[in-house]
Amino acid sequence: MTAATALAVPRSERFVAGMRRRVALTGVSLVYVLLAPLALVLLCTLTVSLGVAVTGVGLLLLLVLVPLAAQLAGLHRRLAGRLLGVTIDAPYAPTARGSWWARLRGWAADPARWRDLAWTYVAVTLGWALAWLGVGLGLAVVWYAIFPGVYALVPEGTLANDYGFVNLDTQPEAYLNWVLLPVVFALWWWLEPVLVRCIAQLDRAMLAPSRAALERRVAEVSQSRAESIDHSAAELRRIERDLHDGAQARLVALGMNLGLAAELLENDPEAAARLLTEARDVTTSALGDLRSVVRGIHPPVLADRGLAGAVQALALDMAVPVSTTIVLAGRAPAPVESAVYFAVSELLANVGKHAAADRVSIDVSHDGRALVVVVEDDGVGGASPSGTGLSGVARRLTAFDGTMDVVSPAGGPTTITLEVPCALSSPRTSPSSATD
Amino acid sequence: MRVVIAEDLALLRDGLTRLLEAYGCEVVAAVENAEALAEALTRLEPDVAVVDVRMPPTFTDEGLRAAITARTRRPGLPVLVLSQYVEQLYARELLGSGDGAIGYLLKDRVADVATFVEAVRTVAAGGTVLDPEVVSALIARAPDDGPVSRLTSREREVLGLMAQGRSNAAIAAALFVTEKAISKHTSNIFMKLDLDPDDDSSNRRVMAVIAYLQS
Repeated sequence: MTAATALAVPRSERFVAGMRRRVALTGVSLVYVLLAPLALVLLCTLTVSLGVAVTGVGLLLLLVLVPLAAQLAGLHRRLAGRLLGVTIDAPYAPTARGSWWARLRGWAADPARWRDLAWTYVAVTLGWALAWLGVGLGLAVVWYAIFPGVYALVPEGTLANDYGFVNLDTQPEAYLNWVLLPVVFALWWWLEPVLVRCIAQLDRAMLAPSRAALERRVAEVSQSRAESIDHSAAELRRIERDLHDGAQARLVALGMNLGLAAELLENDPEAAARLLTEARDVTTSALGDLRSVVRGIHPPVLADRGLAGAVQALALDMAVPVSTTIVLAGRAPAPVESAVYFAVSELLANVGKHAAADRVSIDVSHDGRALVVVVEDDGVGGASPSGTGLSGVARRLTAFDGTMDVVSPAGGPTTITLEVPCALSSPRTSPSSATD
Repeated sequence: MRVVIAEDLALLRDGLTRLLEAYGCEVVAAVENAEALAEALTRLEPDVAVVDVRMPPTFTDEGLRAAITARTRRPGLPVLVLSQYVEQLYARELLGSGDGAIGYLLKDRVADVATFVEAVRTVAAGGTVLDPEVVSALIARAPDDGPVSRLTSREREVLGLMAQGRSNAAIAAALFVTEKAISKHTSNIFMKLDLDPDDDSSNRRVMAVIAYLQS
């Protein structure tokens, strides 16, 4: 308490604020006390389920319990984050899509899920004890404050405090309990913030991403950054090649035709006319080349209509019927839109080349956390995520922490799910969200 | 005049063939990669080769390297290198590959058909032809307070055309003045740049100017 703050804020106001804060913190302790039984239930059921996992029933229970544990842990993360004034991120690896077995295996391989389990042990022991202490201190203050009043209300002899040297068993003596009130109040005043902070720190230590997880994340980010740099360098090289062999070469030919035509105009007007006609055709094809290069850099329809319109445009270009269901409440960031567009374009090209499908469906949505695109076809299946086309798609998405999941048994059908975490801007209904 | 053309894009290969044939050249071979070029150069012994820098299989500078290799095998083999970009580095390598009979032009120059064919003939005759872009970059990097800055703007123009490999007659035609006026300019230039004025044969003159500018 420095002189400066003492001057700025009157003592009484600071006291009121301090009281308010401690009353609130006592309430928080109570919340922690009430949440602990949930952790206890999870702890018991999780432990039992793991024990009987071999029977199959345990596995089914785990499918429900593991996400529930994550929910409870998430609540504690938010609470601790608010108390400590920090953001505590969820440390989980992305849950695998597809079969329940794949999901369970993914969870078993994720250290963060095991740390959730370890946390429930701590939450119902040390955490619960600290929370009770916090609540107890608050209750003690109230109890000592109202003791004489309560003494007067209850029948004689019900309440008697024998402190050894003095036995409080009369109404006047009951007022002597107020002597202890400042002691209890002081304890509450000093300890309540400390206790709640302890609980929050404990939760943070158990639930925040571990150092190993952060290191793994850094490794992932460096890897995906290197890949996206490689990728963009390759793209630039491709564009340079396209221009060099396409439009530029055609313009040279055009100049050559026109030059020769000019020379021939007098002596051989017919040949000159032929050259001019040819020159006109060359301009058309040069423009065509430029258009396709531009489309390869940033498709105009993507710029005009966003992802929803651009995906529909891709669908219309396909020889097989493609149904699109696009539900987007806004637009994803431009780089994400572009990456997803080219990913979908590549997937559709793959379908066209290899799948021999009769029907394709594209489903684009946003689940509040990530943009989700599901491309499904009824073709021959057997698509390999490690093939050049699909691994290129995955590489495109890693730059945005996106994932690609391929389910393609031999004989089909093939379902490819793309997920790119992002927020949608401008919450308006996209005008082109429709089904065709 | 027997010409070998090496260009990987069919559109341009055919265009060049047609153009040179229209001007009375005999195109003895039109090939699409460096290997076939090397083979054609040894087998057909043409008077001049017109070579694209970038060709299969790596699409980098095969044409350039093939030209330089061919010139080490047969010194003085006339080669005109065409490219969609000009690089000072490539110009240096080409000029360093022997005395004269070398050309380096942007592909754009083929549109000026007569000048292009003239360039092919110059190279075939042992002359040196450099693209105006190469020359203007060379002149631009001459120090501001050096001897080049002492030239009048007309003299600089003449210097540029000289470095491109034009003869006095061609420079006179391009600038719409008499040949006599040009020779006055050239001797002024030689004096101001402290070059040997006796070096008046067309090719040695170009080499002297370029050597001066590249130093």
